[in-house]
Order: sequence, then C-alpha cells, then structure tokens
Amino acid sequence: VAARGADVARGDAGADPGGGLRDAAAAADPEPAEAAGGVLQQGGAAAPAGGPAPGGRQPCGAGRELHVGGAGRRHAGAGAAGKGPPHPPSRLPAAGSHPPLTLCPQLGIRISLSHEKEPLGTAGPLALARDLLAEDGEPFFVLNSDVICEFPFAALAQFHRHHGGEGSLVVTRVEEPAKYGVVVSEPDTGRICRFVEKPRVFVSNKINAGLYIFSPGILQRIQLRPTSIEKEIFPAMAQEGQLYAMELQGFWMDIGQPKDFLTGMCMYLQALRAQHPEKLHSGPGVVGNVLVDPSAKIGANCVIGPNVTIGAGVVVEDGVRIKRCTVLEGARIRSHSWLESCIVGWSCSVGQWVRMENVTVLGEDVIVNDELYLNGANVLPHKSISESVPEPRIIM
Amino acid sequence: MPLKAVILIGGPQKGTRFRPLSFEVPKPLFPVAGVPMVQHHIEACAKVPGMKEILLMGFYQPHEALSRFLVSAQQEFKIPIRYLQEYAALGTGGGIYHFRDQILSGGAGAFFVLNADVCSEFPLQEMLEFRQQHGDAHSFVILGTTANRTQALNYGCIVANADTQEVQHYVEKPSTFVSEIINCGIYLFTPAIFQHIGEVFQRNQQELVLEESSNGWQRAEVIRLEQDVFTALAGSNKLYVYKTDGFWSQIKSAGSAIYASRLYLNQYSKSHPERLAQNKPGGPIIRGNVYIHPTASIDSTAVLGPNVSIGEGVTVGAGVRVRESIVLHGASLHDHTCVLNTIVGWDSTIGRWARVEGTPSDPNPNDPYAKIDSETLFRDGRLTPSITILGRSHLHPAPHSEAPFRLTPHALSAGCSVTIPAEVVILNSIVLPHKELSRSYKNQIIL
Repeated sequence: VAARGADVARGDAGADPGGGLRDAAAAADPEPAEAAGGVLQQGGAAAPAGGPAPGGRQPCGAGRELHVGGAGRRHAGAGAAGKGPPHPPSRLPAAGSHPPLTLCPQLGIRISLSHEKEPLGTAGPLALARDLLAEDGEPFFVLNSDVICEFPFAALAQFHRHHGGEGSLVVTRVEEPAKYGVVVSEPDTGRICRFVEKPRVFVSNKINAGLYIFSPGILQRIQLRPTSIEKEIFPAMAQEGQLYAMELQGFWMDIGQPKDFLTGMCMYLQALRAQHPEKLHSGPGVVGNVLVDPSAKIGANCVIGPNVTIGAGVVVEDGVRIKRCTVLEGARIRSHSWLESCIVGWSCSVGQWVRMENVTVLGEDVIVNDELYLNGANVLPHKSISESVPEPRIIM
Repeated sequence: MPLKAVILIGGPQKGTRFRPLSFEVPKPLFPVAGVPMVQHHIEACAKVPGMKEILLMGFYQPHEALSRFLVSAQQEFKIPIRYLQEYAALGTGGGIYHFRDQILSGGAGAFFVLNADVCSEFPLQEMLEFRQQHGDAHSFVILGTTANRTQALNYGCIVANADTQEVQHYVEKPSTFVSEIINCGIYLFTPAIFQHIGEVFQRNQQELVLEESSNGWQRAEVIRLEQDVFTALAGSNKLYVYKTDGFWSQIKSAGSAIYASRLYLNQYSKSHPERLAQNKPGGPIIRGNVYIHPTASIDSTAVLGPNVSIGEGVTVGAGVRVRESIVLHGASLHDHTCVLNTIVGWDSTIGRWARVEGTPSDPNPNDPYAKIDSETLFRDGRLTPSITILGRSHLHPAPHSEAPFRLTPHALSAGCSVTIPAEVVILNSIVLPHKELSRSYKNQIIL
C-alpha cells in the first residue's frame, strides 16, 4: 500500500477538513537528502515472494518491492490524516517514526520513497519514478492511499496477466457514482469502453476504485508534468482497448473526508468481524465491533461501541460512552463524556462531561474543557476549546 | 408601633412568562433556593420587630398547595398569615384598597407592601428607620435601586431630590430615559395612602360614568399603585425613596428564577448556612453554593454546583454533573448526565449520558447595575436561547383558566413525568407537559 509519509506536509490542505490535521512537523519526511525530484532507496534485502501480509489483506502478488510516493486520489495535494485507516495494532508504526525503515524487516520487502517537489497529479509521479517502476519489466500496482477495501492483489494480478492489456483497474459499485470516475465496460471481458470522470448524467454505477495494475509500457504515455491519470491517460487507453476493469468483492470506501473515514472504519470492522473476529475487543461494556490497542486503558462503567477503534496508549476514564469513533494514539477521554461519530486526534485531552457528536474532528493535541458540547466541530491542532460549539464549524 | 405586611401574589392570568412552570404551581410558591418564592418575603417580614400579621393578597382560587403552605409558614415563623382573595384582578392598588379595613385592623400604624415576584435582601428595618428621618408621620417610602440607563426603561423610574430623597417625579416604564433609580416593588405605607387611592377610585368611577360604552374589563376598582398613585404623589412631599445597594432582581421568567436562586443561595452563607450543602466524605462533590433537600438521594460521585437547588425526593445517579440549575421534586437524573442552566420539572426523568442544557440569561457581570433582561420568547423570528425547562406531564388535562392549577397527587405522578431518553441532547428548549421525547432537540418549544 502506498503510504503518505513523504507528502504529509502539503500546504494546500485548504478547505478540506480531512487534511492537515496531522502536525506536519511530526510526520516529516525522513531524509530529504536527494537530488531534486529524485528517489530515495532504503535498505533491507529482498525477501522471498509472498511475505506475511498485514491484517486481512492478500499478499502482494507481483512484487517484493514497495515504492512509496504520489498523491491521494480526490484530494491530490492534500495531506491525508497521516496514517490512513487503522491497522491491526501490532503492525502500526509508532507516530513520527520513519515508516519505511521499520516496515522493511517486518514485511521483508524493499521500500523506496519518491518525493515530488511540486505536485504532479495522479499520473506524473509515475513518470518521476520511471526508473524504479520499469526496472524489472514486470507489471506494477498503483494504489491511492485514501481508499480502504479488501485489497485483491492476487486476483488483480491474475486478471491482468490473463487479458494481456496494458492496464487493469478495480471497479466497485456505489450509490452516488457522480462523485467519482465512472467506468463502462464489456460484461464478459471487462474491457473498458468508456471512462468518464465525475459525469453529470448517469452513465453507470461502477466506479474507479483507485487500485490499478499496469504493464511498464504505460510509462511511455506519461510525461513528467502534472497529469491526471483519470482524465488524460485512461480515456486514451480505453479507446485503444488497453484498459480492463475487474469488479471488487467486499467493501470499499474513499476515506478522504472525515465523515467517509468513519463510514469506512465501520465497514472495515465489519469485515474484520467476518474474517478475524478474535482481533476484536470483547468484555463488559463492549458493544458490537470494537478494536482496542492492548496498551489502551478503559475505565469502569464505560460502554464502548459499536464501531469504535482505540489506539495505543489511549486512556478512557470511567463512565464514558463512545460510539462510531476513532480515537488516535495517546488521547485521553475523561470521565462521563459521550462521543458519537468523532475522530479524536493523537494526544488529545477531552474533558469530563463533554458531549461530542456529528463528525467532530480533533486534530493533534487539542484540549477540550469540561462540560462542553461540540457538534460537528473541526478543530485544528494544538487548540484549546473552552466554549461549546453548538453548530458545525471549523476552529482554527 | 404595630406593623403589617401585604404580599401581592397576583393570579393565574398574571405571570404568564413563567409558563410552563406556572401551570403546575402558582408562581409565588415556585421554589427559589430551595424554598417557595414568597417564603423569603415572609421570613424577612417576620423578622421585623412589631410585625403583627402578614397578608397574602391575590386572585388565585383557594388551593390546596397554598393552604398547606400558609399553615406550615405560620408554624415556622410564629406569626398570623392569611390569604385574602380578590374577587377579580384589582391591580396593585385596588386589592389593598378593597381590603383596607383588614389591613388597618388592630391599629396598624404602617404597613409594607411587597410584590411576590421580586428577589431581594428586604431591608425593611432600614426602610422604617429611613421613614422616621424623612418626611412626616404620613409619608410613604418606595424601595429603589440603581439600574443602568438602558434597562431602567423597563421599570418604574424615580427622580428624587438629592438631599431630602423626596420623590419629585415618577413614571412607569418610560420610553425615554428619565432616571437610573428604579422601583423595586417594595413599599412602606401609612394609613394615609388609602385616602389617595380613594381619590383615584372616585376619579375612575366618574370617568366610567362619562364614557358611553363601558368596557367590560375596565373596572373602577382596578387601581395601579405605580401609574395611578405614585405618579400623582410625586412632587407633593409625601413620597420618598430609600435607595439600596443590596441585591435585587425581578422574577418574571424561568431564567430569572435561576438567577434569583443564586442571589439567595449567596445570602444563605450569612442568613442560613445550614441550608448550604457541604463537602463530606462519602457525599457528592459540592462546588459553590448548593441547596439539597434532606430527602434527596445523591450518588457520591456526582458533582453539584455552583448555584444548584435539589428538591425533595430527587435522585441523582453516579457521575452526574449539575450546574446553575434547579431540580424540582421527584426528578431523577440517571448516571453520567450533564444538566446545565436548566430547570428540571417535577418528577422528570433524564436518561443516562443525556445532556440537558440552557443558555444563561444573566445580567452583564461587568456592569454592577445591570439587571436581568425580561427576555422575549422570540427575537428576529428565532427562539431566544434560554433556560431549558422540562415541564411535568400528568394525567389531568391541561389547566383551564378558571381552575388555574391542579395539584396531582404523588401516586399519579409516578411514571407520568417528562422523560428524556438516554444519550440525547436537549439544548435551549422548553418541553411542555405530556411530552415524551425520543430524540435530541435544540432551540425548540416542544408542545
């Protein structure tokens, strides 16, 4: 999976409340000691194919190499929340660490970083990493980091080899296709006839799920300049009959916005219940699907869940009710508070008798005073909240 | 010199800004700082040496709660207390005029008249001494206090001679600024006042005779002390104002009941320290001034105060937070609830983790003379943020204006109260009786 370690410190998080909530300094790019626009290679010997896979994902079919770079899909240029969806705790690197170095020994693969000095869109970064990608002449996966699903890498690789075309992408069915890139394909072969980005009239309810596999030949189509793969590369490939669609099984969610992040979290937990129920938390006061890091502490008389994830070192004091929330590492929720549909950022402190709801998002190190009511508040990092926010707004 | 006191308690047609709380109980009996509103007046009157009798005057129908209150108040304060029922709403002057014989019986040399819907330090002894030093044996005294220039327009305004304190000019609720000294609704009269009221009465009768169409509602006996008597008496060396800096507030709306509670609770540290809850091992955490009825049951992990009154038989569960609120008798607050700036009605239930919150309507704390706003319910087409009130539901139909209140026996109230379900938020809302809520509400009157 392409992580975002290098590119978190984007300036244009702008109006997207999902972006910029991670303190840029803490997640800074490890060693920028490379030539402009060049590529960093980090150590670790190549491991045998098919190393152990994290969580419920399928092993990387094609490769033992992981190239990290590029931008998220719809939010190109926006810093993601830094960590993507919550992983099973044992795999999550510590905040602020250098992800590539610690992931290597665990996964047994080589990880490289390609750093864009200026945003190159969704296709340009592939041209930037051209040498790495075309190195062994094998097809390569391209993934958007702000997508969560049951990644079907093996099936996708096989599908791609079978049709022999230049590119394959995964499609999924959604209720509101106009928000995405819509795909029209032949039912039996999967060959894509048309590719329409954010159509204004209904075309199809299958959309581009943001997971691709390409043969290296595609790199000849992409120049080193800001380029959109959806708008500029795919339509031409579709016209030439070189683009194929494979339908995704299981859940899918674009988690770039906090509201969708929480929905995606719920879907992920549901899948986890089906595949690895032993990883979910159980006990008195636990309702539904709840994931709790072993180092977190939960007090007496709490009711946690359904659909809650609690990160490392989190402290939840007595009498707290949490529903449909993500609580990130190091946060503290003080007693008798009530949280629903919230994202509580790293190291936050939520006071006693606080009520937070309606996709309230707290950035890193936010303090919420006792007895306040936050309704849809989006709070940027390091703020201290001393007054209630009864109607949704952004607090800078 | 024998003294008497008359407390004007109004009637069901008055005090409508106090609804829905006044549906349940006559406003003068509404508990403020743990005791009925008018008990503060009675206590202050009973303390004055020479006080012979206290007369409550109003146009409520005879009523069980009122009678019971009178009986217990007489026992507690050891002074005769009677209720004189006006046959109709006679105004602040008409009632005392109608009952003048009762007031003067026993040779009363002077008598106080107090409005029930004010909250005050009641400097009655000081008013008596002031009267001895100013004017003559027949002078009258109005208690006055200072307001700020804008808010003074909402009250009776008094212009007084700086040396003699004689009232030179009086106007009720002027539209332009007249004076910052306002009428507190507490007066000290001598029997001579009835002569002046009588003159107004005569004048009214003559005017009515002259008018060809008689408006049914306009009676000659309706006399307003402020507009009809004081305005005429000003400038005639008969009316004086005693200015006080002690605390004073009107109690017109539910929000002002919470503010008045705070003022009286503050006073308790001197006058009734036994009424203030203390921090004790095994008891709830008390912050600031808190009144807890002895029969209330409070979990030791609850945090109460400042400015909280907990009524009879209330249960407060684990980890509950109550601040700036009045919890009326029989209510039940379940675990982890948070109640702020709210009046929780009789026998209401608030479910676990619910949040019930109003907006304080306190006067500007930076202005020593600011008074509480007599807020309008709507402003600019939107409901003014205000104290959240939970009324009580009961099996009887809504009160009719002729039978203004019905006291539901306790057996019926069990299980019939307004219930707030668990985990919701009720913000700036008024919940009328008969309502069972099933979700969160904000800024609404829930009928």
